[in-house]
Parts: sequence; C-alpha cells; structure tokens
Amino acid sequence: MTTDDATHHLLSVLVENKAGVLARVSGLFARRGFNIISLAVAPTEDARLSRITIAVDAASAPLEQVTKQLFKLINVVEISELAPQDAVERELLLVTVHAPATTRGEVLELVADAAGRILAEGEDRLTLSLDGHPDKLDGFEELLRPYGIIELQRTGRVALPKIDHTPNRLTPAQAS
Amino acid sequence: MQLNGSQALIKALEMEGVDTIFGLPGGCILPVYDPLLDSPIRHILVRHEQGAGHMAEGYAHVTGRPGVAMVTSGPAATNIVTPLCDAYIDSIPMVVITGQVPVAAIGTDAFQECDTIGITRSVTKHNELVTSAQDIPRAVREAFHIATTGRPGPVLLDIPKDIVDAKNPNSAMEWEWPDDQSILEGLPGYRPVTKGDPQMIRQAAELILASTRPVIYAGGGILKARAAEALRELAELCDLHVVTTLMARGSFPDDHPLCLGMPGMHGNYTAVTSMQRSDLLIALGSRFDDRVTGRIPDFATEAKIIHVDIDPAEIGKVRRPDVPIVGDCRLVIEELVAVLRGMLADGTTQPDRSMWKQTISGWREKHPLAYKQSEPGDALKPQFVLEQLRDNTPEDCIVASGVGQHQMWTSQYWKFNHPYTFVNSGGLGTMGFAVPAAIGAKVGRPDAMVWAVDGDGCFQMTAQELVTASAERIPVKIAILNNAYLGMVRQWQEMFYEERYSEVYLSPDLPDYKLWAEAMGCVGMRVDSPEEVESAIQKANEIDDRPVVIDFRTDSSEKVFPMVPAGQSNDAIITDPALGEGFVQ
Repeated sequence: MTTDDATHHLLSVLVENKAGVLARVSGLFARRGFNIISLAVAPTEDARLSRITIAVDAASAPLEQVTKQLFKLINVVEISELAPQDAVERELLLVTVHAPATTRGEVLELVADAAGRILAEGEDRLTLSLDGHPDKLDGFEELLRPYGIIELQRTGRVALPKIDHTPNRLTPAQAS
Repeated sequence: MQLNGSQALIKALEMEGVDTIFGLPGGCILPVYDPLLDSPIRHILVRHEQGAGHMAEGYAHVTGRPGVAMVTSGPAATNIVTPLCDAYIDSIPMVVITGQVPVAAIGTDAFQECDTIGITRSVTKHNELVTSAQDIPRAVREAFHIATTGRPGPVLLDIPKDIVDAKNPNSAMEWEWPDDQSILEGLPGYRPVTKGDPQMIRQAAELILASTRPVIYAGGGILKARAAEALRELAELCDLHVVTTLMARGSFPDDHPLCLGMPGMHGNYTAVTSMQRSDLLIALGSRFDDRVTGRIPDFATEAKIIHVDIDPAEIGKVRRPDVPIVGDCRLVIEELVAVLRGMLADGTTQPDRSMWKQTISGWREKHPLAYKQSEPGDALKPQFVLEQLRDNTPEDCIVASGVGQHQMWTSQYWKFNHPYTFVNSGGLGTMGFAVPAAIGAKVGRPDAMVWAVDGDGCFQMTAQELVTASAERIPVKIAILNNAYLGMVRQWQEMFYEERYSEVYLSPDLPDYKLWAEAMGCVGMRVDSPEEVESAIQKANEIDDRPVVIDFRTDSSEKVFPMVPAGQSNDAIITDPALGEGFVQ
C-alpha cells in the first residue's frame, strides 16, 4: 500500500551522518521542484547515521522520482515509505496564547482535554506544549486561535513504522 | 610511511593511474604543485580554468578514463563550474581538485574563499571538502570510484591549504592506501546496479521478436558502457535499425546498412520519422531528452518502450517504459543477445518486417540530407567544408565540436564509423567547448588526428587555450566555420522572430582569425572559396608540430535542416524549404 492517493508522501530517509548531507537533500528538493511540507532530522541509534523524516507534497512530484533522485545522493543509505495507516507519527507544538483572567479558565480546560502541558504562566498569557499526531496539533491550534495566538512553533513530524507493520523499504532499482 | 598532504594527494593520483592533470596553480593549491615537480604525471598548464575542465572532459570522452583537473580556490573554482555542469549532464567521468582556504579560515570570507562545495553540489555526482590530511587517500579513491562507476560523472574534492602545506603541522599524515573493501564500507549508500533483471530481459526479448516496426534508440550510455560491439551484435542478430543520438554518434557505424543516423531536433528525416512510426523503441542508455522527443505527448505514440539505463532515475522520468531494465548497457545487451539467440534457436520466429524496411528505404530515398551547393562566386557552404574535412581525414579521425549550427552540421555530415571519435557538449550545450575539448582529446589520444569544428562565436569564448596547445606542442587542428553570426540564434530569429535580428552579428573580420591564430603560436589560414578548401585541409593535415587554425568564410544565411521547431511534435519536421519541400506532415 502506498500513499499515492494521499496529499503527502512520508519518507524516512537514512543518511550518513556527515557534514552537508541535509543541504544535499534540501538542495535536491529545491532543484527538482519537490515541495517539502515538513522535515525533521536527528541522529539515530547508530552514530554513523541520521534519519531525515520528510513529508513531501504529493501534488508536486511523483513519489517514484523523489525516491529515485534521493537515491542518487551518495550519502543516502536507505529510504522507507511510511504509509499513514502503517506508521506512528508525532510532532511537538509550542504556543504562547493570550489568557487573561477572563478566558484563562477556558484555555486551561482545552489544555487539559488535549493532555497538553503548561510550560510558563504570565499575567495575561500562557506558554503551552502539546505533542501528538500532526492532525491533533492542527485541531488544537484551531481551538486556541480565537483566544489569540501570540507565538507558535511546530517541530515537523517524526515517524516510525507501527509494530508488526513492515515499512515499505524502497530500493534504487525499483522501477515503478 | 610519513608523508605530507600534498605528497599524499599526488601519490594517490598516481595510484589511480592518472597520467595527465589539466590545471593552473594559485594561492591555496600551491603546495600541491611542489611534489608535482617530482611526479611522472604530466601537467598541462591552461590559460583559463574553464579550459582545464573541458580538456579533462575531452580526455575522458576519447579514452574512457576519468579526466583530471586541478585549480585553486575562489575564482578558479567558479571558473570550472561550467565544465562540471557539462560533464554532469553528459555523464563524463572527471575528478576536479580545487584548493580551499585553510580549515580555520573557512567561513570567514578569506581571500579567494568561496563556498565551492555549495556552489558545485548540484553540478557534481558527488563532492567533498576534505578536512584532514589523513583522509586524502580515501577521498581520492572514493572520488575515482564514484566518478567511474554506475552512471559516470564529475566528482570534486575541495582541499584546504593547511592540510597540504608541508610547513603546516596539519599536513602531517601516515600514508595508507585504502583497499576495495574499505571503500565500499565507506560508501554504504552507493551500490550501482549493473546486472539487469533476467525476467525483464526475457520480456524485452519477447517484445523484440514480436515487433513489426522496431527501432533501437541508442544513447550516450552505449559509449559509457563500452557497449558498441554488443549493440552491433544485437542489431545484426534481429535485423534492427539503429538511431544514434548526438551523444551516441559513432556507437554504431554510420556506414552500416541498419544505421539511420541522428534523430532529434536536427536529426535526419528517416531517423526522426522511423522513431515516430515505430511499434517498439529499444532505448539503450538514452534518456528521452527533449531535443530527441520533441513534444512528449506526440512522441512515438504507438511504440512500446524497452528502456535500459544504469541510472534508475532515468527510467520513467519522461516516458513510462513497458519493460524497464536497470543495468549496465553492455551487460544487459549481452544478456539480451544470449536470450534472443536461445529463443531463435528454439524456433521463435520474427514477424515479416519487409513492409517496414521498404518504408524506411523509401524515406531515405525521398528525404536524404541535402543542401544547395554554392554557385561560382557565392559564399562557401558550411556543409561542403564538412564533407571535404570528412573526406580528407583518416576514418578514425577524432572530431570535437562547439555548440550551434556547426555542431549539428558536423553530426549530420561527418561519417562516424568508430566509437569515441565525436567529442561534443550535448546536454548543457556549452559554447566554447571545442578548442579545449579537442586539446584534451589529443592529449588522451596522441596517435589520432584531432580536428575541432568550431563556430566563430564559440571560438572567441575559449580560443586562448590554443596558447596552451602551442606551448605544450599539442597539434590540434581547428576549422572555424566563420559565418559572422551567432548562427543558430540567427536561424531562430529568421524563422521564429520574423527576421528581426537582435544582437547576433559578430563580423567576419573582427577579430582577424588568421592573425590571432599566429599570435597564439599556431599556423593560421583563411579560406574563402570552395576550390581552396581541400588544399587547405591537406596542408593542415601535414602540420604536426603545432596547432592549425583555418578560418573558413561561410555563407551567413545557411540554416540547419531538417528542423523540428522547439516544443512541437516530431511530425512537424521541416526539411529544407530552399529545396522546395516545406512542411512535411
């Protein structure tokens, strides 16, 4: 099962942990006109490797070309496609929202409902955090918006295959 | 063994079998030029770094071995970006070494510093900033491995000064030459697939034996894979016609009865139309370039596609194949031939293709390449010059060309009967390619006669390298088809911009090419009339101790035909209107 009919493709790209590799990947996407929706990079359990999790706009490029072009980068070691139903996805959101005494109760209720956390409290504002599936964060953001978002930052998603689900590991020679 | 970084770099190049470096020293690369004095490697001192890059390409084109160029940091590195891009798009194996400011100075906007790795990232197959002298042997081995395997291409190594400067402690290193295994382990993401999938090869064989209008679409990959012999075997075994793209000219002999010549925007009618009407295109090491396909939705609409390429990303990029085969062209064709032989031996027969063959010979007869010979007193026809050059040079003569009309005429009118005899810039279309590429080719193949066919516009871009050729005694011969214009641009303005000529006139006399050639240590000649052409060529052929430049004054109004206008269907091919044919639909 692929994510061909979805709005984005989620790729988990194992790369050599070397200087400039992220620039190679992002440069390739820019050069070939592939749109990145979100991107997260971090070391893995193996110090020689990093994992780049990329959500690619499905409308901008066929998945096949994206992966084939990625494989041409010498430092790309492995690419897996994570179909939404086969993967767990998480993202972290930090937000500072208006919360004067008049509305603070409502905001706190939203945080409690979403199982978010209060990181800092000011006289008329709160800084909150929430982690979860990107869709959940989208919903939370919408709920907070009427109260007045002062600053908001999201990390971009990371993902792993669900236990018992084998990720669709792609090979360079895969023709279609 | 204790060495310093510069000694290690030169030693590593020697270990890789490098016999020639094209380069120009400067501040940051200076330390490497010292041990070069004690090395058997020949260094060709160029006059501009772009020349070094194109020479390395020319060398690689004709020898199959990677060309090597070495230049300093900053402006030298940016000057070699064009050859890198050219080599990348035409899959030329090349290793470029650039100097860089000392590691500690990187990022400080130091003198002659530029972000070479960043600038060349998208025009190289791979590049690396080497930050420790100890890494030099590994980096060099990896660079040659990457440049020459899989789909070949240019690799750049950026070498900071401190790690090669004998006076700097950072240059100390213990020499160790990495073995194959450690190179593979160091490149965990690089495993080119060379052997084709047997099932797919079987399917390809079945399609071939079932097709009634098959055409082999041979691309530059045939030459890169040294697959010319295998291609010939395949074509002859199944009686398949072959078109050879600009990058594949010579991969199948032009004088072979099955050869249809060059397809594409300026391909001949039969090559273009046989592809259009085919029921099976066997694409071997070709990439469905827009100059070959014309408007994609109209390209060979009835054809099934077998696509063999070593680069998986080429397969399905432009046209979805029915049978995709990732692999080395030579290995795949050899496998394919074996399977076909087996099937034929088992009694599989090919369909009757006599109708198709008749159709093809009909096209050939009706639409040969043709031009109108000049009347006495009229200007010289460029095609005539090429015919004379072709007929008055040895058959295995190497010809390099620049980019534009003269390039297309060369491809059309030369007879390429041997692989590795045509050196030109296909994908990037780099004007100024011919002179340095011819020099590089002559260095790689000193036994062969090397002619460059150049335009007057192209010549002015890189002519200074003839100084290099004179100084280094590299006797190349240059035929300038001097039509006083940027000819191809002029042709487009005539045909598609209502004869509104904008900034295309160059003047035939400024510069004076004969004097310029002589000033650069070459023999200079000028030819105005058809009667003088042959004797000038003969005279040039006899000169073997210095370069020769002939300024052929040719007809400014001559255009390249046939032509498929850009963005149109290949069915809209225009043969020469002057010959009274007009549009052929």
